[in-house]
This record gives sequence, C-alpha cells and structure tokens, in this order.
Amino acid sequence: MRALVIVLAGLATSASAQGAPPGALSCTGCHALDAEATMPLGAFSAEEISAALADYRDGRRDATIMDRIARGFTPEESQAIAEWIADHADKE
Amino acid sequence: MRLTRRTLVATGGTALALPFLNRAAHAQGRGRVVVVGGGFGGATAARALASLGHEVTLVERQPTYWTCPFSNTVLAGLNPIESIAFGYDGLSAAGVTVVRGEAQGIDTDASQVRLSDGSLPYDRLILAPGIDLRYDALPGYDEAASEVMPHAWKAGAQTELLRRQLEAMEDGGVVAIAVPENPFRCPPGPYERASLIAHYLKSTKPRSKVLILDAKDAFSKRPLFEEAWAALYPGLVEWVPVSMGGKVVGVDPATLTLMTDFAEHQVAVANVIPPQRAGGIADASGVADATGWCPVSPETFESALVPGIHVIGDACLAGAMPKSAFSANAQALVAAQAIDMLLRGETPGAPKLINTCYSLAAPDYAFTVAGVYQPVEGALAEVESAGGTSPVGAPPDVRATEADYARAWYATITGSVFG
Repeated sequence: MRALVIVLAGLATSASAQGAPPGALSCTGCHALDAEATMPLGAFSAEEISAALADYRDGRRDATIMDRIARGFTPEESQAIAEWIADHADKE
Repeated sequence: MRLTRRTLVATGGTALALPFLNRAAHAQGRGRVVVVGGGFGGATAARALASLGHEVTLVERQPTYWTCPFSNTVLAGLNPIESIAFGYDGLSAAGVTVVRGEAQGIDTDASQVRLSDGSLPYDRLILAPGIDLRYDALPGYDEAASEVMPHAWKAGAQTELLRRQLEAMEDGGVVAIAVPENPFRCPPGPYERASLIAHYLKSTKPRSKVLILDAKDAFSKRPLFEEAWAALYPGLVEWVPVSMGGKVVGVDPATLTLMTDFAEHQVAVANVIPPQRAGGIADASGVADATGWCPVSPETFESALVPGIHVIGDACLAGAMPKSAFSANAQALVAAQAIDMLLRGETPGAPKLINTCYSLAAPDYAFTVAGVYQPVEGALAEVESAGGTSPVGAPPDVRATEADYARAWYATITGSVFG
C-alpha cells in the first residue's frame, strides 16, 4: 500500500500559482514545492491523484488526515486539483 | 503504512528564480509589490510573487527568523535552537529584494512604505506583521516582566530564556503557563507546550508539575491532549479553566506570582502568554480595527479598511481559519495569486484554503486538526463536511505516524518557504 501521505516532490514552482484552481495552492503546505520527497506526486497521473482523492473523500482509503481534507472538495474540484498537480509536478 | 523517517530537505529556490523582470515587466501587468514581515506568510507571498515575475521587496527587521512551530521541542530539549532558525538568503536567491529594516508607516496616498532611511513605492502592499504582545493588557506584565516571566510566543531569545529557566529549575517545581482568551497565535500551542515540558520534566524532574492557568473553558484538541496527558504524564499536567478560576488577572515578576480572582500561584517558572493583537504596522497604517486585528476580503486578503493593502497571517481576521503557520502559508499563496491577477487586470475567483495543524504530545505521539475554508457571505467559513481532529483512542502507531508526519511537514514547509 502506498504511504498514507503523498509527499509532492516537484509540485512545481509557485509561478504556477497562475491558474491554480481553488484549494490547489494549499496542498503545498505539506507537499513541497520543489523539494526532494519520499513519494513524489510527479510520478502520478491526474487520474491516479483524482482517484486517491476520491478514495480519501469516500473513506475507502486509510488515512491519518487526507480523509478529513479531501471531504472538503467536490469531485469536480478534486479533479481540477489533480490535473493542476499533474501538470505542474516535476516529472523528472 | 509508515512514511520513512528520511528527512525531507528542500533543494532551494533555484528552480523558482525567474529573470528579474523589472520595468519591462511592469508594462505587461507586472507590478511592484512590497511585503512587510518575513514570517511564514510574508516570506511565502514574497517568493510566490517574485516567481511570477513581479518586482518584490521584503522588509524584515531581523536577519534570522526563528519559527514558532517546533519551538516547543526546543523548550523540551529535543532540538537545538539552531534547528528552528532560518535566514533570508533563499529568498534573495529566489529574486526577492530583502531589505533589513522596519516599516515606520504607510503613506497610502502616495502608495509608499516609509522606512527610517527612505521609502519604498508599491503597486500592491502586503502586510504580514504577525502579532504584537500586548504589554498593556495584563497588570504587572510589561516588556521588562517578559525577561523574568517569558512569553516565548515569539521564538528566539525568549525560547532560549524559558529553556534555561526550565533547565535551572529544581525538581519539585511548578511550571505555570498562563493562556489568554481567544483569539491568539496558535490556539493549540500552549497545550503542546505543556505536553512537551511535561515530557522533559518526567525524565529529569519527575516531582515537578505543569500548571495551565487558562482564560478559557475550552481549547483546541482538548480531548486529545487530555487523553495524552493521562496516558503519558499522569499527575504532571493540571489544567485550570476560567470557570475554575484559571484566568490570570495580574502578575508579580518580583515574586514569580500569578494572580487569579481566587488564588495566588507562586511558581518556579512562569510562562506568561499575554493577549495579542496584529503587529504594530497594522495599527499605524489603519488596517487594524477596534479588535486590534485586520478585517480582510476572504477572496484576496485585501484590507476591508484600506484599498491596495493586503493583510495575511496571524494579523488578519480570517474568519474561521486559526492563526497558524499553515494558514499563513495558504493565505499568502491565495493572496499572491489574487494580486498577480489584479495587477494583470483580471478578477480573482473564490478560493478554497486548507489549514492543518500538528501537535506533538511527545516525540512519538502527535495528532492533528484540519479544516477546509471558503468565502461565505464575506468571511472564510469552514466547509462543514470536512475537517476535524484525529480520533480519540487511536492506537500508538497512529500517533507515532502523525509525529513522523509532523516532522515531515516542518521540514517541507520551512524548506519551501525559506530554503
């Protein structure tokens, strides 16, 4: 099973604040902007991130905190966040 | 299921440094932004706006910033003070002009920040002044008293002072923590502090005690803290709520005495966290209201009182969002996005923001509160379907996992803000 918390490795530069959908910018409070990380989200597609958020939201995936956060976003908002992260995460 | 313990270290801001687009950029909707205050909010906003190509100047009094997050681990002797100290070289490398100085006032007509030796013109101004401790609110507690009864609510020298007092205390002493009414910086902070001081006392001075004298009858994550105290520090932590006479109404530094309406507590170490308000420049520039805090738009964090000035972090009245480093960081990014759009002639939409707050009760025992926020009728309100605290009664491995995540969060956010 994947780590409960996905640490964003390359979640972009904050230059990508342009066009960030509602909520996406707060992700970087835990998931680094441009740091090394144990579980870079750059490795995940928008579909995978969106599915993870849906599973957290609906309680199908164990979590310490992401369940409480994911419930604050609609499926559409979660999808937009997932796409933005996938677009901006460092793919290296 | 466990995150590895590998420390997350930010690689720095080189990837963020865009060409310093000055006058030419200005013509393309780039602007001059001045940020006053280099804490989590100000540093985040400065960095984000510089990376968007704006001409950003950060005004900060100190060359070193000591974070309040994790300062309680320094008090407990778990980490050295250096571990919570950060400089501003990373911001400079990221294209921010860092000016060491103090904003004396704001000339709103001319859109200029007055410094002691000049002025800085701005198109948009961000005030992130954090808090001022109110030395007029608690009889007996002034700045001189804070050298005897440290608040340690701004980290740095005060943290070191309180640590030295804890180290010098003899076994059997009482450590009092006086907690003010809401609102104040870091609502769960006093109780994390009580926990980690108890952790230190338990192993070194087990006959001692932590006495929390509280001006409130409730506090953030209370069931979780009380569960932790019963499990980890039985008999070591006593909480006295206001309804049981907990509110400190005066202090006497000469005798290390805290007065409530019902009793006088003479203690060995007195940590007095006084009432607070927005940092001084907020009042001087007219963005603070009668409460001492700053009302803002929940979409852009622009002051409700003075156009063109945005207030973020602990200083602002952010509705349901608590005053935390995480909130300040999230608000800074939303404000930066909004300012970028405003400077380009666009209209910012409604944001959503997250707050997450870890509290350590012991090095291997932590829990969280989280919330998601959105504008509702002019204020940030909590999304009701989301948020809440870690469960009461969770097994030790869950508490240990959250403690690992607490450290990962700290490494990540300090790396991305100051690295």
